[in-house]
Amino acid sequence: MTPPLLGGVEEVASSASLLASSTSVESVCENGSAELKERNYMGLSDSSSSGDSSAISAVTGESKTSLNLKATELRLGLPGSQSPERNSDLCLFASTQLDEKPLFPLHPVNDNHGSSMPKNLLLGNKRGFSDAMDGFSEDKFTSDSEVNAMLSPRSSQNLENLSSQPAKAKEVVGQKPAQERPLVSNDPRANNRSSANNSSAPATKAQVVGWPPIRSFRKNSLATLSKNTEEVDGKAGASALYVKISMDGAPYLRKVDLRNYSAYKELSLALEKMFSCFTIGQCGSHGTSGREMLTESKLKDLLHGSEYVLTYEDKDGDWMLVGDVPWEMFIETCKRMRIMKGSDAIGLAPRAVEKSRNKD
Amino acid sequence: MNYFPDEVLEHIFDFVGSHKDRNSVSQVCKLWYRIESYSRQKVFVGNCYAIGPERVAERFSGLKSITLKGKPHFADFNLVPPDWGGFVYPWIEAFARSRVGLEELRLKRMVVSDESLELLSRSFPNFKSLVLVSCEGFTTDGLAAVAAYCRQLKELDLQENDVEDHRGHWLSCFPESSTSLVSLNFACLKGDINLPALERLVARSPNLKSLRLSRAVPLDVLQRILIRAPQLLDLGVGSYLHDPDSENYNKLVTAIQKCKSVRSLSGFLDVAPHCLSAFHIICPNLTSLNLSYAPGIYDNELIKLLRHCHKLQRLWILDCIGDKGLEVVASTCKDLEELRVFPSDPYVGQAAVTEEGLVAISRGCQKLNSILYFCQQMTNAALITVAKNCPNFVRFRLCILDPTKPDAVTQQPLDEGFGAIVQACKDLKRLSLSGLLTDQVFLYIGMYAEQLEMLSIAFAGDSDKGMQYVLKGCKKLRKLEIRDSPFGNAALLMDVAKYETMRSLWMSSCEVTLGGCKALAKRMPGLNVEIINENDQMEFVGGCDDDRQKVEKMYLYRTLAGQRRDAPEFVWTL
Repeated sequence: MTPPLLGGVEEVASSASLLASSTSVESVCENGSAELKERNYMGLSDSSSSGDSSAISAVTGESKTSLNLKATELRLGLPGSQSPERNSDLCLFASTQLDEKPLFPLHPVNDNHGSSMPKNLLLGNKRGFSDAMDGFSEDKFTSDSEVNAMLSPRSSQNLENLSSQPAKAKEVVGQKPAQERPLVSNDPRANNRSSANNSSAPATKAQVVGWPPIRSFRKNSLATLSKNTEEVDGKAGASALYVKISMDGAPYLRKVDLRNYSAYKELSLALEKMFSCFTIGQCGSHGTSGREMLTESKLKDLLHGSEYVLTYEDKDGDWMLVGDVPWEMFIETCKRMRIMKGSDAIGLAPRAVEKSRNKD
Repeated sequence: MNYFPDEVLEHIFDFVGSHKDRNSVSQVCKLWYRIESYSRQKVFVGNCYAIGPERVAERFSGLKSITLKGKPHFADFNLVPPDWGGFVYPWIEAFARSRVGLEELRLKRMVVSDESLELLSRSFPNFKSLVLVSCEGFTTDGLAAVAAYCRQLKELDLQENDVEDHRGHWLSCFPESSTSLVSLNFACLKGDINLPALERLVARSPNLKSLRLSRAVPLDVLQRILIRAPQLLDLGVGSYLHDPDSENYNKLVTAIQKCKSVRSLSGFLDVAPHCLSAFHIICPNLTSLNLSYAPGIYDNELIKLLRHCHKLQRLWILDCIGDKGLEVVASTCKDLEELRVFPSDPYVGQAAVTEEGLVAISRGCQKLNSILYFCQQMTNAALITVAKNCPNFVRFRLCILDPTKPDAVTQQPLDEGFGAIVQACKDLKRLSLSGLLTDQVFLYIGMYAEQLEMLSIAFAGDSDKGMQYVLKGCKKLRKLEIRDSPFGNAALLMDVAKYETMRSLWMSSCEVTLGGCKALAKRMPGLNVEIINENDQMEFVGGCDDDRQKVEKMYLYRTLAGQRRDAPEFVWTL
């Protein structure tokens, strides 16, 4: 039967030509061909074409940095997937040899030296993980495989090419807005997969449908449970507790979720960060230069010094100084907060100013 | 065979327990078939659409217990749209009509309506045991019916079901005369519980051996329950939040000390982690510990707890235990047979355990035969070491959170590692793969995994050859589920007769086309070949162009019942 794959390959090739100045698309026969060829859509590094496997194997024995260089070779494949060096014995079509190959080699890596068989990567239609990120219908996948091709390489020499291409790719890919997600979200993934350790992967919110394979009951329960445990020191959290915060002289109010904090100090730090933009002018007058100098301690001085005090309105409508009552009681009774100038706070309590100095 | 009277044969068959063996017995001759059929009390139907309930009731006239499974396994991961099917109502209705003396109903991944629960509770006076795993479609009203009308109820076990909470007082529907309860598990319920009713129920159930509470049960109630039921073997703690200095906590410590029989501990759905030391005293007796729903327990508290668990055979935990924690497990739990390590934050995609934890476990726990391990990364060397250390795996499921990640050290595919596992573990029945994998791993699986019954594949392989190796090699394969892998019609159609020896095949986001599926359905009338066409991804315009469309989700299974009549619109049976 005519494999429909060939039809797919041509489609990909024609779209890829939009992106690369030269494309070298080789037709791929998946059944019965002795050699599995890599295709090189970007046409950038010829050394990664199928014939030059010795270049690939030469890299194997070297350090991790070389492997990373390998990662930068452009080939159509899953982001981070490498062309594994294959012993010719491991050729899929030489099954008799395979039987003799030991499965517990002492050094599995060394076994794969001197390959002549680059991995048969995408036949153009293979679903990469990033393809599946969409979890959508087939017709998007052709564009997705281009995205794959673009995202595999990482080296700086390709960056110039890449930087102009994302825009183009977005044109091609971007007919349905959902497709842009792979580009955006895959970048950190692709970068991280190419590196040996993945520990620095930033959290990517885009998820493949049904991955990781955890029962949805468990997934949902954990999501609720961990959210609750993070709040308020491991006690069961209720819903968020948002209160408005105003600051004298600031053009607009802010809102904070008091359940995000477990102590006054955390709240105070958060407020300082939040309202730092409003106090830059003050910093200037205090002799600091520019935003970089606006350190936390300086802010603290500002807020806890003579300038500002943090107050709140409680359930009875009275304005109180923040910090007098235990935290638990505070979040129960606080209706809204106000960062007022020290001079205004005099009416609250004369010791307010001293108290805020003591907090430092 | 003619020499024995029927009663003797029947008596002998009583000793034949497993379904497989009884199925074999029934194939020997007509006489044996007849005797085995009327004497079989426990029936297992792995696919509720493989046979109709009337036929089951007719053949097994002595049926007392039935286990039914509905949706395909990948439904657990949201790959099957709701309303796909798996309704239990027709079964209950048919059994009621046929006057089956049903005593036990065990369901997995089925849709259970309140009506079916009500019908169940009214139709079978001897009904004793209801076990629902991963089911949906019912509310606490259905539970109330079961509580009220199943006068002989011994077991009500709800595991990970999606239950709509109507806040009815279903617990108080257990009549005051009901004292037969042996096992009660409602941990998966999310709503409030009538706490006094619960306490009274426990008080009048002297045979209660297993009790798993939901989050709605606070500590003081737990403490009172434990005082009343010190004979418990299996305890699921609901909420575990308290002030360590309070009197309640002290009372709890006293109560726990009395529970010398507890062998299995789970729950801690809300937990104040630093108070787990109250349970240290029963840890040395535990054979089973499930803390996989307790993300609030930090690794050092987990480790402190685990250090006391010398007899543990089964452990389900979250990956916040870390590799270091797994080393502690390896050195403490020498009898460990089953380990499951779940990711504590599945959404972010970071797991706190790596291959090192797995290797440590394999070194320390020689009896390990079942593992489910979600990890950040894996290496071939680690898997090869694990295979050498633990050749007894029956179930091996590895999930690297990044599904196409290669060997973390060598950047190779993980073919060699999994190959080592299948070669060393001669009894391997279930395998789930992940990581970067080529056709090579399937060659190994086909060659070595002779006992393999269930294989789960995701984002793996290069070509049809991969799937072909498996279909050719794994003679005992029953369930094959594949997603996002480049297997197409050539693989699908290679050996169509094979599918009648299997329960089911699932392929989603692969390369199979509508034409391929049609060809298969035509050649194998004994199979239901279902296409799930969500969101109108496929169009039947007419003409041969249709056949070239790729099929997003295909599920085929052998059946004696023909095409099912309850399929929704988006499911096409070819």
